[in-house]
Amino acid sequence: MSTLQKKFVKGNEAVAMAAIEAGVRCYFGYPITPQSDIPEYLSRELPKTGGTFIQVESEIGAINMVLGASATGVRAMTSSSGPGISLKQEGISYMAGSELPGVIVDIMRSGPGLGGIDASQADYHQATKGGGHGGYRIIVLAPNSVQEMYDLTMLAFDLSDQYRMPAMVLADSVLGQMKESIVPNPRPQVALPDKDWAVRGTGGGQQHVVKSLYLGDGEMETFHWKMHARYQELADKESRWEEYQTADAELVVTAFGATSRIARTAVEMARAQGHKVGLLRPITLFPFPKKAYAELSDRCKNWLTVELSTGQMVDDVRLSVARDAEVDFYGRPPGAGSLPTPEELFEQIKKRV
Amino acid sequence: MKQVFAKPVSLKDVQTHFCPGCHHGSIHRLVAEALDQFGIAGQTIGCASVGCSVFLYGYFNIDVVESPHGRAPAVATGVKRARPDRIVFTYQGDGDLAAIGTSEIIHAANRGEKITVIFVNNTTYGMTGGQMAPTTMPGQKTSTSPYGRDIANDGRPFKMAELLSNLDGVAYAARVAVNSPKNVLQAKKVIMNAFQYQVEGKGLSFIEVLAACPTNWGMNALKANERVGSEMIPYFPLGVFKNNENL
Repeated sequence: MSTLQKKFVKGNEAVAMAAIEAGVRCYFGYPITPQSDIPEYLSRELPKTGGTFIQVESEIGAINMVLGASATGVRAMTSSSGPGISLKQEGISYMAGSELPGVIVDIMRSGPGLGGIDASQADYHQATKGGGHGGYRIIVLAPNSVQEMYDLTMLAFDLSDQYRMPAMVLADSVLGQMKESIVPNPRPQVALPDKDWAVRGTGGGQQHVVKSLYLGDGEMETFHWKMHARYQELADKESRWEEYQTADAELVVTAFGATSRIARTAVEMARAQGHKVGLLRPITLFPFPKKAYAELSDRCKNWLTVELSTGQMVDDVRLSVARDAEVDFYGRPPGAGSLPTPEELFEQIKKRV
Repeated sequence: MKQVFAKPVSLKDVQTHFCPGCHHGSIHRLVAEALDQFGIAGQTIGCASVGCSVFLYGYFNIDVVESPHGRAPAVATGVKRARPDRIVFTYQGDGDLAAIGTSEIIHAANRGEKITVIFVNNTTYGMTGGQMAPTTMPGQKTSTSPYGRDIANDGRPFKMAELLSNLDGVAYAARVAVNSPKNVLQAKKVIMNAFQYQVEGKGLSFIEVLAACPTNWGMNALKANERVGSEMIPYFPLGVFKNNENL
């Protein structure tokens, strides 16, 4: 069980530690850089808790094992990076269509194709817009520290169970590979609904079916509207973000994940020179914290979005801010040597204040 | 009056959507009889596949998870590992198991997952309208092999029961047919054995069932039934290819 003694661990290890603390019973995965520390840790530690670890033949097999285990009502997860997450999209779509919980961790690497193993945020669209077929969304959480890799992994399990939809922890190779001190917090006590839909064998009682096929007149349409309402409820109740120095800001920088750490240092540099600059960091990417953007942009009209891509989250920022707000973009597409320095972002800030 | 024949209680009292002469109904019944025989329906979780067999939950009085195309052995792995005390089976067609799902079945078999796989081989994709399957016979005309399956272009049909019998994780591998009373009785015995192996916690049990698909073969029910005996069984021999009680 967790103690509150600090631990100095990699982001990927924090994810795995949090999964065990959250009560994960089954992990199914396949090796891929930069996330292989997660299956390595869980292959060692999960069996000690009576859980199941399988190194699967493919990411497709892995996500479908998550589907099967989750259908029985236990907590199940998988993890991967870009190319592997693409393969999992089939299963994620089926889980979304079957209203199944389950946690998917994506430690983003650069792409497209084989790309590279450097930090990237170019899978934002894939993660937040429903990466597979059919029109669905999943919960997407974006940590920016090793502590949050731990805390948000546990939150992903809770939100996933509560809203009966897959949840993704979307991080990148910087967060996965760097070491920081964390407090391994105990699993939060959250009142979660009974999984009275799970398949466990009827025991002579009512039949339970986990499925995504709807052929009856109007059934599929009804399903979509039901999920649409659930996404709205999620946005109303679960949107999370962090603001730094925004109260008097005349320019708001917005960034998620590892980029938000660099941006924060740049904002501190700007403040030290007397520039009124703040930072808005979304923690939930789906639901996107639209209200936070709308309210802050009622007052501050000057915005700068920073991403490790040619611009993906910036679309959501532009859709969320007040109509008369100006949203500028500065991006570094992923790949070796493209991670911006705080000084580089500070220069971009200075151009806009 | 003594009752000598009844519907298995594991089957629902509903009409199926299967075409006249289709063998799925007979195979469903044999599986249901096995669940009845062992009294395990209440502890059983079925993994449906994609194709005509997707409606498993509509006909069986058991809990069912629907699997993506070909992935039922992976889904069943997740189910069984999460609930090892339950009886878990997949029910898959040839397009599902022997084409898009080859990776999942081979690795589930190699891990020796303690599940039962019912594999229905009717040499065609039924639900999508009779396209060429990995089990389509040489020369057989389908909607995507209009000149007949050309082995130079398409290779030869998979013999899945023999192939899987070579893997150490497989406890039991057999091929049966339901085209005659004799074969039905044999199939029943073999399907019983398959579930017996799972009840006893041995490795994966794999039953290939040769089946007729009159609609997509362009035959009436009788002709299609005859074809199972005259064309399929000579190519796909019936028998038990693996019977390893020591796993």
